[in-house]
Amino acid sequence: MGRRAANNLALAVLWIAAGTTVVILFSIIGYVVINGIQSLSWGFITTWPQGVNAEGGIAPIIVNTLYVTGLAMLFTTPIAVLAAVYLTEYAVQGKMVDTIRFAADSLASVPSIVMGLFGFALFVEALGWGFSMLAGAAALTFLMLPIVMRATEEAIRSVPRYIRWGSYGMGATKWQTVSRAVLPAAAPRIITGIILAMGRAAGETAVVLYTVTQAIDLAKTPMQSGRVMPVHLYLLAMEGINLPAAYGTALVLMILILGLNMIARWISKRYRKV
Amino acid sequence: MLETQHHHHTHTAAGEAKIHVKDLNFWYGDFNALTGVTVDILKGAITAFIGPSGCGKSTFLRCMNRMNDLIPGTRVEGLMTLDGEDIYGQGVDPVDVRRRVGMIFQQPNPFPQSIYDNVAYGPRLQGVKRKNELDAIVEDSLKRANLWKEVKDILGKSGLALSGGQQQRLCIARVLAVQPEVLLMDEPCSAIDPTSVQKIEDLMAEIKDEVTIVIVTHNMQQAARVSDFTAFFLQEVAGEPAVLVEYGRTSEVFTSPCDRRTEDYITGRFG
Amino acid sequence: MSDTQQSANKMRLVSRSTLAKETALATLFFLCAFVAVLGVALIFLFVGWRAWPVFSEVGIGNFALGRVWDASNEVYGILPLIVGSVIVTLGALALGTPLAVGTAVFLSEIASPRVRSVVRPAVELLAGIPSVVYGFFGIVVLRPIVAEFSGGTGFGAFTAWVILGIMIVPTIAALSEDALRSVPDGIREASYAMGATTWQTIYKVLLPAAKIGIIDATILGMGRAIGETMAVLMVVGNAPVFPEGIFSPMPTLTAQIALNMGYASGTHRVALFGMAAILFMFSMALVAAVRWVSRLGGE
Repeated sequence: MGRRAANNLALAVLWIAAGTTVVILFSIIGYVVINGIQSLSWGFITTWPQGVNAEGGIAPIIVNTLYVTGLAMLFTTPIAVLAAVYLTEYAVQGKMVDTIRFAADSLASVPSIVMGLFGFALFVEALGWGFSMLAGAAALTFLMLPIVMRATEEAIRSVPRYIRWGSYGMGATKWQTVSRAVLPAAAPRIITGIILAMGRAAGETAVVLYTVTQAIDLAKTPMQSGRVMPVHLYLLAMEGINLPAAYGTALVLMILILGLNMIARWISKRYRKV
Repeated sequence: MLETQHHHHTHTAAGEAKIHVKDLNFWYGDFNALTGVTVDILKGAITAFIGPSGCGKSTFLRCMNRMNDLIPGTRVEGLMTLDGEDIYGQGVDPVDVRRRVGMIFQQPNPFPQSIYDNVAYGPRLQGVKRKNELDAIVEDSLKRANLWKEVKDILGKSGLALSGGQQQRLCIARVLAVQPEVLLMDEPCSAIDPTSVQKIEDLMAEIKDEVTIVIVTHNMQQAARVSDFTAFFLQEVAGEPAVLVEYGRTSEVFTSPCDRRTEDYITGRFG
Repeated sequence: MSDTQQSANKMRLVSRSTLAKETALATLFFLCAFVAVLGVALIFLFVGWRAWPVFSEVGIGNFALGRVWDASNEVYGILPLIVGSVIVTLGALALGTPLAVGTAVFLSEIASPRVRSVVRPAVELLAGIPSVVYGFFGIVVLRPIVAEFSGGTGFGAFTAWVILGIMIVPTIAALSEDALRSVPDGIREASYAMGATTWQTIYKVLLPAAKIGIIDATILGMGRAIGETMAVLMVVGNAPVFPEGIFSPMPTLTAQIALNMGYASGTHRVALFGMAAILFMFSMALVAAVRWVSRLGGE
């Protein structure tokens, strides 16, 4: 085959590859939207599921999802941000730093079912918290930790050196420089990382299945728990009886997660010039 | 080993020495970058450091507020005092030194925060919290930096929204807000427009009574314009340490330099 | 000068409590960073401890290589599950890697900024879709299609390959694209200057140069595939016997754990933890492999 022909063929294949990816995305989203939009109504979002087949709405399930995700974010953010501050500003490069990085990478690769069983063994049983928002949030924290750590590290690294010099040049201590000049400058990217991690946590099923109850309750305190959206979707999908509700749940879940992703992307675009 | 010859013109003292340096040697790891520097920076005056690129003027400047401490592997030998107190003495906290000796850098570096927050940064570090106190300090500092009129209505805007010259004046206001006794300026005008350069030179003349100024510049006309005293640094042979060749009143150094090397530099034969 | 400033300005000749404060802060931050290590250690500890009985009683050899899984009769051999997981993963990689690398090459070398602004976000959005939604899509859309042309139920390895293959595309594509973009432009220019076509430049120069990064990406994709639970569970059929064909139900480690955990007790549950322990070890081995490969490339 001539060079030019081979080139054209290859380019066509590559176009097809990229196109396939885009088409797949639109198919999945489109399918969920088209089928789910019929179920989406004010009532769906505000009423409780009724009966064996979960007719009605998914109000408490939405709240539970937000609850456990928000709680996990509260746990993760301070630990992950300060951990990243340590790695970038205070740590001496060496074995300990390598070990910490290896541990963070490992946490990021743990299969979610293993994380779920771990959460069950430690938080639900060993610590005696039972199935609770607290147990779910704690398990999700280990999942979100490496994501936010990495994002914060990159954010801090991208703050130019001369910002630090400006602060030191005025007689600021290291912590003052980090907390008042560096972290504020890195804040947009850190927030982006946190939001993306929240999106991940909101969609997590396997971790939550073993730390949070499947019962349709509304969790009001961290020790209580109630079903969350991914679990609801899973159960409805497997039973196959109430598909409209399943589509509706999938749609609401996707709106939540993709909404978070869009916000994260908007933040990073808006602050890129800095 | 180069013989350090530096010439000090005799002069009637304009004031006492704010910073006194005796036999300073500076090392980057194994490399001896500066040797045998002895000079007095006089209070209430503007001193210029001139010399070709890479001859240690900025390095020496950064010794005066211990910014070099932030680079690992650097070492200072010799004596450097501020108002008679040894800056590098046992137990001296560099943070304290930097509060009294402020620095302006070549590249304007305002924080990505509002103009107000930039200037209020230093006072807040020092513990000033009350709004009316901060407001007063911010206004005063921006006035001394020759910037108040241009930004007084946009204090909430980001510091990065200003032009390069305005940003540099913002940085000057920022440093002035901590009330330093000395202001070190490392080629502050090399990256900004001529109007702003003029404004900066004007403000330097206005504040020099309260703030002793040391300016590193590769622009000899500027040195001749603004400074009262000039020090000429030179690294004659690559790999050898740089030295302070000559120091004295600017008018004398420029019109009748003692050292042949100074004369060559000033008349443009090299550098 | 305000009073506050005046007192702050006095130079102290004795080192401040700043040093003590900075040390305390550094220690606090170190503890935060150590949480990551703590996490891994805890997972190791708790999963391993709960799994220990099956290793000590049944023996790791019998467990991992046992060919029969019959929970009701207390027989716990997970070889069929391991084989199933491997088959599902390899198939997913076979489908997903070319698609992902092709997309990555497209984004890095061919796409104009406008096209890129459509495709790149698409890849990132795909990454954000939760696995349960992928599984849902697999059940309601893909399974009937596969059932149509295979004549079976539509649950099986093939369906899992397609869904899982799609799921790992964002992971592999993002990392591969980064690897390609970090190849210096000078290399591209040199190739074009010699009269090479785009495709020749890509496969003779760029792909080899980005090889390490792409391999890393693939390994991470593999990790994602092996560890994926929900999507696989929903489409793969889950019969815990040796797989008969790609269109018949197939067992996997992750799905088996998920299905049984709800009601398992005693030794059964211990066996599930044993499977989790094996999965955990494997995922850490993959992380180590990625580091080792990167080091080979002389990072």
